[in-house]
Amino acid sequence: MAAPLTLLLIVAVTIRAVLFRSSWAELISERVEVVSPLNAWKRVVEGLALLDLGVSPYSGDVFHETPFMIYLFHFVVDYAEIVFMVTDGITAVALYLSIQTYNKNVFRKQKYALESDRYPADCLELLRSPKEMFYIPLKVAMFYLLNPFTILSCVAKSTCGLNNAIIALFILCTLKGSALLSGILLALATYQSIYPLTLFAPALLFFLQRLYIPVNLRRSSFWFFTLQYAFIYVGSLVVITGLSFFLLGSWDFIPSVYGFIFSVPDLTPNIGLFWYFFAEMFEHFRLFFICVFQINVFFYTIPLSIKLKEHPVFLIFMQIAIISIFKSYPTVGDVALYMAFLPAWSHLYRFLRNIFLVSCVLLACSALFPVLWHLWIYAGSANSNFYYAITLLFNFGQVKSLNLISHFT
Amino acid sequence: LDSRLPLVIFLHALTPAAARDEFQEELVIRPLHSGDIYASFQFRTLWDTDFLQEGQKVSHYRLFPKSLGQVLSKFSVRELHISFSQGFWRTMQWGQPFIPSPPGAELWVWFHDTVSDVDGNWKELTNVLSGIFCASLNFIDLTNTVQPSASFKPLGLGNATDHRFLRYATLPREIVCTENLTPWKKLLPCGSKAGLAVLMKSEKLFHSSFHSQAVHIRPICQDEQCSSKAWELRQTLNVVFDLHTSGQGKKEWSLFKMFSRTLTEACPLASSSKVYVDITDNPELFELSPATPLLGQAVVLGDRRTYSVYDLSRAETFGQLRSFNLLLRDMLRPLLHAERYVAGFGLQTGEIHTVIYNNHPYRAFPVLLMDSVPWYLQLYIHTLTVTSKSRDNKPSYIHYQPAKDRHRPHLLEMLIQLPPHSMTEVTVQFERALLKWTEYTPDPNHGFYVGSSVVSALVPSMVAMRTNFTQDQPLFSSFVPVKEESSYFVRVYTEPLLVNLPTPDFSMPYNVICLTCTVVAVGYGSFYNLLTRTFQVDEPSPPLSKRLANLIRRIRGVPLLT
Repeated sequence: MAAPLTLLLIVAVTIRAVLFRSSWAELISERVEVVSPLNAWKRVVEGLALLDLGVSPYSGDVFHETPFMIYLFHFVVDYAEIVFMVTDGITAVALYLSIQTYNKNVFRKQKYALESDRYPADCLELLRSPKEMFYIPLKVAMFYLLNPFTILSCVAKSTCGLNNAIIALFILCTLKGSALLSGILLALATYQSIYPLTLFAPALLFFLQRLYIPVNLRRSSFWFFTLQYAFIYVGSLVVITGLSFFLLGSWDFIPSVYGFIFSVPDLTPNIGLFWYFFAEMFEHFRLFFICVFQINVFFYTIPLSIKLKEHPVFLIFMQIAIISIFKSYPTVGDVALYMAFLPAWSHLYRFLRNIFLVSCVLLACSALFPVLWHLWIYAGSANSNFYYAITLLFNFGQVKSLNLISHFT
Repeated sequence: LDSRLPLVIFLHALTPAAARDEFQEELVIRPLHSGDIYASFQFRTLWDTDFLQEGQKVSHYRLFPKSLGQVLSKFSVRELHISFSQGFWRTMQWGQPFIPSPPGAELWVWFHDTVSDVDGNWKELTNVLSGIFCASLNFIDLTNTVQPSASFKPLGLGNATDHRFLRYATLPREIVCTENLTPWKKLLPCGSKAGLAVLMKSEKLFHSSFHSQAVHIRPICQDEQCSSKAWELRQTLNVVFDLHTSGQGKKEWSLFKMFSRTLTEACPLASSSKVYVDITDNPELFELSPATPLLGQAVVLGDRRTYSVYDLSRAETFGQLRSFNLLLRDMLRPLLHAERYVAGFGLQTGEIHTVIYNNHPYRAFPVLLMDSVPWYLQLYIHTLTVTSKSRDNKPSYIHYQPAKDRHRPHLLEMLIQLPPHSMTEVTVQFERALLKWTEYTPDPNHGFYVGSSVVSALVPSMVAMRTNFTQDQPLFSSFVPVKEESSYFVRVYTEPLLVNLPTPDFSMPYNVICLTCTVVAVGYGSFYNLLTRTFQVDEPSPPLSKRLANLIRRIRGVPLLT
């Protein structure tokens, strides 16, 4: 399968290179749907310029990237386009390999279940053949690389691509069974933006399932492994945070990055639900609703883990989707990551009832975002309500599609 | 050459005696006290011939327009003065004009004393002139014609003073427009194609405070002893341009600004083509460019005035670009001056431009620019560019303190070296933030104010100053302490800026909370459903008829139906 994958990578790189060289690149990097105050390239350049001027990038409110990004881009800022294209390639290859591993596991389980006659007669049509499963990893990589959202995100040089790469590598390491690497990468992903914290539970469940440790709170083997994994995770997180302290010599980055993600002070419009809500919020209730909205992202973890403990990979997908919809500064790059997983369950598509309606809603909203933005900001003939309405509809469409896909269980 | 000489002489003898005529054109520009500018064109054609000599029919017209020549001979006109004016000449504000004229049309004519029916000639003359100048002079008839006995004596030669041969009429209602200017321009030898007449474009001429065009024909003496006579045709155009409609209210004029054209060549048929600029009043107050060494003096309206003269028949007047644009610039130039404006469109991004002018002719000096921009305009310091004379000028000291949202504004201080006689532009890009609805001012679409930038500098002084403190100094000169002898401290404030920010809809807080919470609730509801729904196999309930039948059977005590 190396040849089709290479071909796909070449096609993807070509499309991105063409767009980088055209006049669209500047236009795309200004779009609020593609970049947010957390991951805009303009702010990375600004942070590096501030560092050159001798001012700490975190003394102002422009730069909200972690010190790891400063360190990385200090060296490769001149080759930024290549870095982002390579990142997309890494993500695609990681997804490809992880879905391949997942499919092998699924097929093996199916074979054992079939041999032990555990499937009722009317389910036989749902069984998958090796032939259909052969092309799924390639479809996943294609869904990621050729997704317009990913291409836009790459051309805008949004650091969301880097975050996606780290999460994809984490998924790969988890599925391959390496707890150490998985813990380190999860710590890195959490360090970049806090929300991947919720992926700890599905990764833990996967490892427990793989090592045949039953998920029982009274068993010591369960606790033993959990503590090991937690130790790797928390330890790497502490080490990475400590290294960041030594880069700039101060803890300024913590309120600037994590405080910013949690307290949402910047109300720049984006495709999420937070901005207009907090722009129109009564001051008295602001803290209450911030807490409500942030808890909303995290609190589905435990119930979903209990319900989906036999399907940890599906749980990872659900968690990534929940993060993308309900995080404080979502962009289309986050949406692209969970959309890439859809071909993995393509045999269950016939059970999606309203798929046409939902996909039409999502397509229409994606087309209307730039139109209504232009009408509000440049033409002056619409106002912020138009853009907010499309935001609402887009998120509603995403929630509904997630609802449909959750029927797979 | 020797063999061809008889042929040349023969050919020369064959050509009839050419009418000897001469054409001169001139333009006088005079800045008036009120700041307006007065431009007066005069085109003079001198023709050494006598129309009224019996037996000699003039048929060869060269520079003198044929239509007017025929009018003169047919109606036996000795002097003809016709003028069309738009606007009223304000003597109190502008002084005296070179050629006076009343508003509307004015026509006065001296006929020859050989004319028997003056009224008949007058009537036909007005109709013919009406056709030549496309004006409604045919409204001149006996009801508005007079014969002044003392006022309008002949301006040219002629000793007849019988006022029966004079006719005078005005049409104050006559409006002057392009249709009158075009035939007037056609009477000129070069038309409006070369020479000073290229400046006469109607869109600028009629956009003025006063505009007057006239034709004056009279016989004059050619020399002191009056041995030969000639006909003189003078076409004059006077126009006063308004200071304020020219924009900016600055007392800066140029030929291009006045006429939207520049001069490219003199009329080839003109024997002299000159531009005079009156520099008698306050020669230090404005400067002329290009400079000219030629100066002339003339006594005009009882006053001796000095003029700078530009000779258009000399090629060097036009310079390398072959275009002559006269510029009058106000000499008041402060040494240090700054402006600021916002560039860009839309409510997302923008650019702040600060322009600093150093008007010292040869000294460069450093200035300290301080900018304090509110936190809701997020400055991007990596887009800061400083250019002087279209080259990059890196500041030697930059102090930048970025803003913290809702805590403190941006502070940018730079030390920039300004090259002499130059303009330095500092640009920086910014993004506009969306604020919380309570943070907007009561009229949010008015915009938000950004305070002035401050430019502080030690400007080189023309005069040495005393650094020791004396009691006798007046208050206005002792505000800033003088530390150095050769420079003084100056602080220049730029304009404040008014910037629009995107606004949310202020009537919507409750609606927004409800709608957003609805979407979150839909998500929550679907997850709750997913997590807590269990599937059970449901026995289908028996239909109503069967249940009734079973009830009856139970009463009867008979076995039930399944």
